[in-house]
Amino acid sequence: MVTIEFLGPIQKAPLTLEASSLRDVAEVLKQDTEMAQWLENCAVAVNDTLVATLDTALKAGDKVSLLPPVCGG
Amino acid sequence: MLELYDGALNVPEIITRWYSEEAQYNYGAYIPFIGTVREEDGIEGLSFDVYEPILSAWFEAWQAKAEPLGAKLKMAHSRGDVLVHESSYIAAVFSPKRRVALETIEKFVEDFKASAPIWKYDLKNGERIYARERSTAISGAGILGSNT
Repeated sequence: MVTIEFLGPIQKAPLTLEASSLRDVAEVLKQDTEMAQWLENCAVAVNDTLVATLDTALKAGDKVSLLPPVCGG
Repeated sequence: MLELYDGALNVPEIITRWYSEEAQYNYGAYIPFIGTVREEDGIEGLSFDVYEPILSAWFEAWQAKAEPLGAKLKMAHSRGDVLVHESSYIAAVFSPKRRVALETIEKFVEDFKASAPIWKYDLKNGERIYARERSTAISGAGILGSNT
């Protein structure tokens, strides 16, 4: 199982699911209408490192984080 | 050095302490950038969420970039609520000469705005409202919504 966490303004509790790559995570999140507004603009980190491709492999215990648009300062 | 605080920053304490910490290292230039909450659109203040693991890694990568230039970076940021006319952000660079410090502070602050995992909310009429229009998607965002 991997854990999906939603950072900042995404008001959603963490999910745990079976996934062998980020592509699997994307398929699950696309079914969630609440998430539609976020998938196009969120960056994604696996175990706190930003990743750039849906082909990123996942293994049991990994943490996937969704980072919506930022504005520090 | 990255410092996170609950609520507004104590600006005089931080910039004075940083000055003292580096006083003996022969830096010719110290440029602090201080971000203060302005009264605008009827807000009572701003509020911030910070994701520390990725923020720390981002900051360390910047330290590594500054080091070969002989420069050192420091940063302080607030978590939670910061009221109008209080400060939420300080970035500072120390370097032997001014040119590196001036160039580095600009690049550092601009990349901070575009990349640091911090989310801003307006405090208005007792509500905490995500500042979506003023926020920037992190480079590479959107892969979960793509079909490739």
